[in-house]
Amino acid sequence: MNVQELIEKTGWTCIAAKEHLDRTVGGAYCGDLLSWVMGNGEPEQAWITVQVHMNVIAVAVLREFSCIVIADNASVPEEVLARAEEEGIPLLESGIPVFETAKKLVELGI
Amino acid sequence: MNSILHKDYTVVRDDYARAGKVSSDIKATLSTIGIPPSVLRNIAVASYESEINMIIHAWGGDITMDVFDNGTITLVFKDPGPGIPDLEKAMTPGWSTASDEARNMGFGAGMGLPNIKRVSDTFDIETSEKGTTITLGFTVA
Repeated sequence: MNVQELIEKTGWTCIAAKEHLDRTVGGAYCGDLLSWVMGNGEPEQAWITVQVHMNVIAVAVLREFSCIVIADNASVPEEVLARAEEEGIPLLESGIPVFETAKKLVELGI
Repeated sequence: MNSILHKDYTVVRDDYARAGKVSSDIKATLSTIGIPPSVLRNIAVASYESEINMIIHAWGGDITMDVFDNGTITLVFKDPGPGIPDLEKAMTPGWSTASDEARNMGFGAGMGLPNIKRVSDTFDIETSEKGTTITLGFTVA
């Protein structure tokens, strides 16, 4: 599954890097502690978090995540959206809590 | 052994907005000369954590990268202080002295130095109140 298909199947909103939705989603990782995510995440995972500051983008790029899924309606600052565009990391908003977001991915077989 | 690629960077204290920029450049630079993805990923983790430590804990610092003709890569992170008071504790997973500001941004998990050591082929750290120098080595298999 790629990010475009994930959006179509969940109805989640893409708020940045819409030109990069062909990235493969090969799993998922939930976490808000950046070093924990950095140390344990794997390439191609969708990263579910409520962190919305600039360093989230840096971690996603370096860890080669497929996309970032912002849970719980956390509000993403403009400069973070701009950085996600610049780096080509799709940002999705699920609008539901982390647990519900992860459950949805499980239902889709991710 | 001779360095065939050398780069210098400077990191500024408390510059959270630019955190990760140096690590991204290191990864991109090494990618262009054909370093394998598995090695790149380890370097990215170690570099990012070290860069963040300089921003959060130290008064900024300098980073140098060298690629040697024998297939090894060395990263040196040198800061001017204040040093790590208890290195043994700092190497313990989960132990952190990060500020509330840093913790609010998701830092301070206490996994930085343990992560760095785990993903590096060689790890050396020297610290005093005059500063900390971390030297990391990676071998391209």
